[in-house]
Formats: sequence, structure tokens, C-alpha cells
Amino acid sequence: MSAPAVTMDVRRLGHGVPVIDIKGDVTAACEPVLMSAYEAAGGGKAPWLLLNFGGLDYMNSGGIGMLVTLLVRAKRQRQHLAAYGLSEHYREIFELTRLDEAIAIYDSEQAALSAAR
Amino acid sequence: MTDTPGPDEAAPAEQIGLGAPEAAAPASAHPRNARSWAHKVDRLQPDLREGVRGTNVAGRRLAGPVQGFGKMWQKTYRMNAGPGIAPAEAISIWRKHFSEFWPAGNRFSTPITNITPGDVALLDLRIGGGVKLSTGVFVLYADAESFTLMTPQGHLFAGWITFSAARDGEDTIVQAQALFRAGDPLYELAMPIMHRREDQFWLATLTALGERLGAADPEVEISRTCVDSRRQWRYARNIWHNSAIRSLLQAAADRRKRGNKSGTGQGGTGKDDKS
Repeated sequence: MSAPAVTMDVRRLGHGVPVIDIKGDVTAACEPVLMSAYEAAGGGKAPWLLLNFGGLDYMNSGGIGMLVTLLVRAKRQRQHLAAYGLSEHYREIFELTRLDEAIAIYDSEQAALSAAR
Repeated sequence: MTDTPGPDEAAPAEQIGLGAPEAAAPASAHPRNARSWAHKVDRLQPDLREGVRGTNVAGRRLAGPVQGFGKMWQKTYRMNAGPGIAPAEAISIWRKHFSEFWPAGNRFSTPITNITPGDVALLDLRIGGGVKLSTGVFVLYADAESFTLMTPQGHLFAGWITFSAARDGEDTIVQAQALFRAGDPLYELAMPIMHRREDQFWLATLTALGERLGAADPEVEISRTCVDSRRQWRYARNIWHNSAIRSLLQAAADRRKRGNKSGTGQGGTGKDDKS
């Protein structure tokens, strides 16, 4: 198996809201990278976690499945997930898979942050 | 439950005192696998096909693991197909002949012979006692090395199953991995039986596939993980769409209709329902 072609960096916005910047290819093989980023973002300690898909190149159905498992972890901690930076195509995929009913989608970082504050 | 503001309710940046906005540049408008995904659908509209009953699908919405009722499970069935076949070739054969590897007594009908994103396949599944459950699946994703089927409302499971193949050293490993919850409380009660039947189903399917792919003695490994042990009571009302109950009622209504016709001499065949 080849190493996943993805980076997931963590930074903090105002009021300490963590955001994971996702760049590259999101597939099921990325799960260890995403879970490491989740821990670096404080795990479930923050009430909100933002996912920035602005650098997303590619995502397959395994990647969607991985987001569902992240969602389960977050919900266990009563943490909200929000996504932004999705292209029109991947926004439709979130709607098709009905993932948008559990992960709120915003047009921009500012909009996601304003919901989280 | 806490209400969170949706995208339309979010305050603009000026109102929340942000400085220079660090706007997220949306990802490429046409990713390289855009054609591998189905287009968005709100409700399924399959055509009727011969060989399957084709009920409990039209007008239904898709239901993923987020919309299911029961505990969330990830189940993986893996089979070593050996070194003689490339992953893409294995998936190509599986997509073209998908239903041929199913155990006898179950039917899978697609609009065309291949599995293509956006297709709705109609299913008749043997659930015991001579009863067949009529439902369907939606082809969510398909590329050269994987494809994914997603369930509609009323299916036993709310979720999806991904079929894939990949090299592991010299060998090609073929896998079916399901992520799902039982669709409603009735299905959740039946989960111990459904787990066993599902394992038997995919064990038989992967064994048949392995034989077709040239594996000498295909062995299937099964693993099961409970991803979320909580039940989602807000989805208990999914039972309204339960395809097992509806299939039973539909079969009873069909029998009654045939009985009335033969009783009044209107040309009933007297044959058993084979759908």
C-alpha cells in the first residue's frame, strides 16, 4: 500500500476554534493522518471542529466513509463538525450521501467561524 | 439538541470583527474522479424490470449511516485472489458480472449489464420462510479499482458497501467493506440473525468471485467492528418504510388478488409468486 497523498495541518482561529486544513487526496487510507490531526486539534475538547477542504484534490467513497467515523468520534464528545472550502462537486457529494445533515457546510471560513463562536 | 445556525444564518465577516479574511479557495471544480460519482438525486426513480418485483424503491431517499437507527458497524470481507490478476481487472469482472456471484435465490437487476454511477439496482433478497424482501441499491461511486452501493430508505441497512481491490505484495486482495446501521428498530432487533446471514451471503459471493478470478482455494476473512454502540432514536420512525413488512404485505395482497381472480374465473394462473 502506498502512503496517502494528503496533508492535514491543524491551526487555531479566534476563540481557539480548531481547524484542520485538508490538502490532497482523501481516501480510506488517510484515516491515521486524519485521526492524528484530530488529536492534535484537541480531540473532542473543543465544542466545534472546522474542516477546511479548500485544498482537496480528490475524494473517493472511502474518504466519505472515513468522515463518517470522524463524525461518530466527534458526536461522542458532543462536538460539532463544520466544513468549508468544498467545491460545488464535493458539496453535491455531501448532499448525495446526506453527510450534510450531520456536518454543516459553510461557504467560507468566516461563516463557519461565526457559527462556531 | 442544540440548534446550530445554518450557512444562510451565519453573520457576515464584518459583523463578527474579523480582520483580513483567510478565505478558503474552493477545490478544483472538476476533480479527476468527478465522473466516478453519481449525480445528486433527491428521490430514486427506477424503471421496472423483468425478473424482480421492483417495489419499495421508487420515491425513496437514499439513507447513509447517518440516517440509520441501530448501532453502527463496519464489516470487512477480504479474499486473496492471488498474483494472477490485477486489481483493475478483478474489479472490472466484478462490476460486469456482479449478480452472478450471488448465492442462489437472490436477484439483482441493473438497467444495463455493468455497474455505473447513478444506476439503481432492484433486489429481491431471500430472507427465510419463503419470503423475499424487495428493495434496491444505488450505485454511488465506481472507478477502476472500487465501486460503492448505497441503500435507500426501507432497506435492512442504512449505509453503503464498497467493493475494492488492491495489491498487497505480489497478491491482489479483493474486499467488500460495509459501513451501516440497521435501518429501523425492527431490523435492529433482527441484527443477530442479519449479521449471520450477511456473513454467509458475502462469504459465498467472495468465494464464487475468487474461483472466477482463478484463486486456487479462496478463503474469506471476516472482521466486524462496532463503530458506534449508540442507537439513534430520532430515526425510529424509519420503520414506516420497512421493506420487509411492506414485502410481506405486498406478497399477501398479490396472493389475495390471484385468489379472487381464480375464484371468479378471470384467468388466474394458480402459480406461486416467484418474485
